[in-house]
Amino acid sequence: MPEPSLRAGLHCGAGSRGGRQSGRGLPEASLNPSRFAFQDLTFLTKQEILLAHRRFCELLPQEHRSMEESLQIRVSLEQILSLPELKANPFKERICRVFSTSPARDSLSFEDFLDLLSVFSDTATPDIKSHYAFRIFDFDDDGTLNREDLSQLVNCLTGQGEDTRLSVSEMKQLIDNILEESDIDRDGTINLSEFQHVISRSPDFASSFKIVL
Amino acid sequence: TGDRSGRRPSKKRALRAEGAAGRRGAQPGQKERVRGSPGPGSPRRKQAERRRHREELGERGRSSAERTCSERRKDRRTSFKEQRAPSKKEKEVPRKEETWKRLKKHRSPSLASSASRRESLSEEELARILEQVEDKKKLIATMRNKPWPMAKKLTELREAQEFVEKYEGALGKGKGKRLYAYRMLMAKKWVKFKRDFDNFKTQCIPWEMKIKDIESHFGSSVASYFIFLRWMYGVNLVLFGLIFGLVIIPEGYIKYSALFYGYYNNQRTIGWLRYRLPMAYFMVGVSVFGYSLMIVIRSMASNTQGSASEGESTNFTFSFKMFTSWDYLIGNSETADNKYASITTSFKESIVDEQESNKEENIHLTRFLRVLANFLIICCLCGSGYLIYFVVKRSQEFSKMQNVSWYERNEVEIVMSLLGMFCPPLFETIAALENYHPRIGLKWQLGRIFALFLGNLYTFLLALMDDVHLKLSNEEKIKNITHWTLVNYYNSSGWNESVPRPPLHPADVPRGSCWETAVGIEFMRLTVSDMLVTYITILLGDFLRACFVRFMNYCWCWDLEAGFPSYAEFDISGNVLGLIFNQGMIWMGSFYAPGLVGINVLRLLTSMYFQCWAVMSSNVPHERVFKASRSNNFYMGLLLLVLFLSLLPVAYTIMSLPPSFDCGPFSGKNRMYDVIQETIENDFPTFLGKIFAFLANPGLIIPAILLMFLAIYYLNSVSKSLSRANAQLRKKIQALREVEKSHKSVKGRTTARDSEDTAKGNSKNATQLQLNKEGTTPHSAGQSQTTDPKAQAPGLSSSAIMVTLPASRHLPVSRPPGARPDSGHARPQTHPWRSASGKSAPSPPH
Repeated sequence: MPEPSLRAGLHCGAGSRGGRQSGRGLPEASLNPSRFAFQDLTFLTKQEILLAHRRFCELLPQEHRSMEESLQIRVSLEQILSLPELKANPFKERICRVFSTSPARDSLSFEDFLDLLSVFSDTATPDIKSHYAFRIFDFDDDGTLNREDLSQLVNCLTGQGEDTRLSVSEMKQLIDNILEESDIDRDGTINLSEFQHVISRSPDFASSFKIVL
Repeated sequence: TGDRSGRRPSKKRALRAEGAAGRRGAQPGQKERVRGSPGPGSPRRKQAERRRHREELGERGRSSAERTCSERRKDRRTSFKEQRAPSKKEKEVPRKEETWKRLKKHRSPSLASSASRRESLSEEELARILEQVEDKKKLIATMRNKPWPMAKKLTELREAQEFVEKYEGALGKGKGKRLYAYRMLMAKKWVKFKRDFDNFKTQCIPWEMKIKDIESHFGSSVASYFIFLRWMYGVNLVLFGLIFGLVIIPEGYIKYSALFYGYYNNQRTIGWLRYRLPMAYFMVGVSVFGYSLMIVIRSMASNTQGSASEGESTNFTFSFKMFTSWDYLIGNSETADNKYASITTSFKESIVDEQESNKEENIHLTRFLRVLANFLIICCLCGSGYLIYFVVKRSQEFSKMQNVSWYERNEVEIVMSLLGMFCPPLFETIAALENYHPRIGLKWQLGRIFALFLGNLYTFLLALMDDVHLKLSNEEKIKNITHWTLVNYYNSSGWNESVPRPPLHPADVPRGSCWETAVGIEFMRLTVSDMLVTYITILLGDFLRACFVRFMNYCWCWDLEAGFPSYAEFDISGNVLGLIFNQGMIWMGSFYAPGLVGINVLRLLTSMYFQCWAVMSSNVPHERVFKASRSNNFYMGLLLLVLFLSLLPVAYTIMSLPPSFDCGPFSGKNRMYDVIQETIENDFPTFLGKIFAFLANPGLIIPAILLMFLAIYYLNSVSKSLSRANAQLRKKIQALREVEKSHKSVKGRTTARDSEDTAKGNSKNATQLQLNKEGTTPHSAGQSQTTDPKAQAPGLSSSAIMVTLPASRHLPVSRPPGARPDSGHARPQTHPWRSASGKSAPSPPH
């Protein structure tokens, strides 16, 4: 029987029937998730981890697809951004940068990739989701959302087209309103706890902050 | 988060403790270190990371030293290797590692001695270790909630696991020790089993890929319909299993008539198991409703748990639009474009709303139009109700006549389906008069369609009930005739009295009309015709339209895709309501036609595939994207209402209509529920019967009901007082916020004055002061304005509020930043520093 809950449905498909096959048959048994404790450390199920690994391997060149290498090697930002799940997302670059652990923040290892999927999974807690959302929206990585971050965020949300852009005065008005609502300590920026305070009251955040492979 | 301020001392303590040797000192340090988490993205984070890394290395070195003298050796090597693997990536390590190796060397002997002393652990040490082990376990369980990169989580996990493994065995003494170890082992196995079971469960959820496809094309709102459909399928599958397993199978092989009530007979028991079918039939009928109620309420409750307080959400309209409006599931550029457009409109709308919130051009015209629209819609509803009543009456005429045509036989169902098909668009047209905001308009539309469906269903039921009463009065006559026929048959002369007569063939006896089966047949017809109409609507309205638009676009005067017909949007609300009412019919009908649930399972299965295909092939994403999360509970609420409404007629017939005398499992009884009494009297021991009789006593039932009312009243008042407390806490938070603001402004004023004074002499000094003030205030603010109201309540005394009030009273005088020359002087000084500090200097921790 399917899980009797409206929200249940968003785990990704089981690994075996999950669609695309990688070029070489991967020795799935060797990526026993329990060996790497990925299941303890992420919100993903075994099937999702296996599927994630397969999708990750598809991004690798043919000769690096062996088990050991696929866990060590890093995939460049452009390749990750070409994933159909991220393609249409206006925050795709920010997402990748936030989850990247390389010094230049421009590539993802498999572990980073799993971190990403875990945070965006259905079962992740709202706290961790809002934490990473804050880091994604914090475009200059300075730990607070200031006016520049907010205007960049608005630009991301309204798309690249000229017709959907907000005018300067509209933008100012909008950001003023947002700061009026959310900036509790009135320092002109929104910090993490203020952000989480707002987000925790949102009914839609947890259901829309999701990416499923 | 004040963890980093506590960081340095804790580390020092750990070091000192290590120097002093012994596990005893090392653990508190370890514990503290684990608790802390670095702030996100702050420039200091890297330093903290590096420092932590050093500590980890020390930890690792220490643990490897300890390992040499510990008894447990299994899978240590592999874990150690894995532990080190991620750290290799960061190339800053080796030098520090050496220094730590040195440290490790002179530390290891003492560790060894401490390990050898383990047997002589005192009570309090044991208690402390137990506490630490519990802490570590908690850490292991919640590791995934930490916003750390994977490599860090891995090392932390390894350490915690090693610690737990090492000291778990040391806990407990003698027999208790083994029991403890055994319990731990079982707990581990249980965790593993649970995880495997969860994996298995998620694997069993069907149609994941289909729904995911739809999600990425249409966003989460359209997908929510399909998730609802799937949930419905699951519920129906359970109901079907219940009915199939307990009623249909025991009765024997399945044939067409097994779908209906009249097929089952009233033999008290069947076969060698003495299966009590009438009782089972009754109980299954009851438990269908019971299970449905339970599952709907449970999922409603689990939905509401997630959403936080409703009242406050109005305060954050802009922030919600900003931070939560993007749907990350969207993976299709067309949908993304729609989303961009809708977000932009909503931004602009809300800005305009904010600017001129109460501007109404011609209020009288709008009012008039709205009244007119409602009047028209009420006329439509009444008309459709009367039409159905009329048609059902007419069908009773037809049923008396011979050789009626196909149309005349199925007129009721056809009319009802047509009404369901054409009324909603009509309502939408009328609603255009009203000029509501689209969101409010949608609510009205939903309410009207709901009223239409409900009205239709209930008119249908009333007309059907009339029919049943007619049949019941006829039944009396037929019963008499049957009785006399049988009496005549058995008493007729010329038959040998010693030989028992063969029973009369049923076809030779006049039979009653069996109203239960008639009702079941009506519901079956209704369901099937509803299904067909839905599918035909999809085919004609969506698919053919899409084909027409797609292929005729090449040779048409205007652009079909952008112009008039265009492609259809997926009508979420209409489809959900259709599904809910279909389910209502199933619930109502399932008592009279047990096979109905089976039909419904098939229907849901086919519509899952059919609608998935139709959506993907011929619909376009919504122009306005609705929020999905709110609607989940909305759907569930509607479902609950419909369930309750469909429970009423069934309960009525069970409790107050006599069953037909010659068909069905309850034939020959006065009322259907008599079967319970019969079973109790005949099959249970007498004292149970007495207990039941006692329980059914009104003297007991009325107090029970009263008690229930009291409980409801009590819970209600508790929830009211809680919400009042909630409001009060919110007020306190706001007051606190005022305090912060006034503090700030007062401080700002004083510093501004100071700076004004000193500016004449030494401007550098002033900036210095300013920096200090600015550096401290955000920190304290960040500390005190945590989101948890409970944490603040005790800290905030009434005197604090008292203090603030005067402060905030003269606050407006001082506050406007640009107005006063002195504060205007102070501001520009802070800003360059702020923007510069973001990059270079470590910013104050947030």
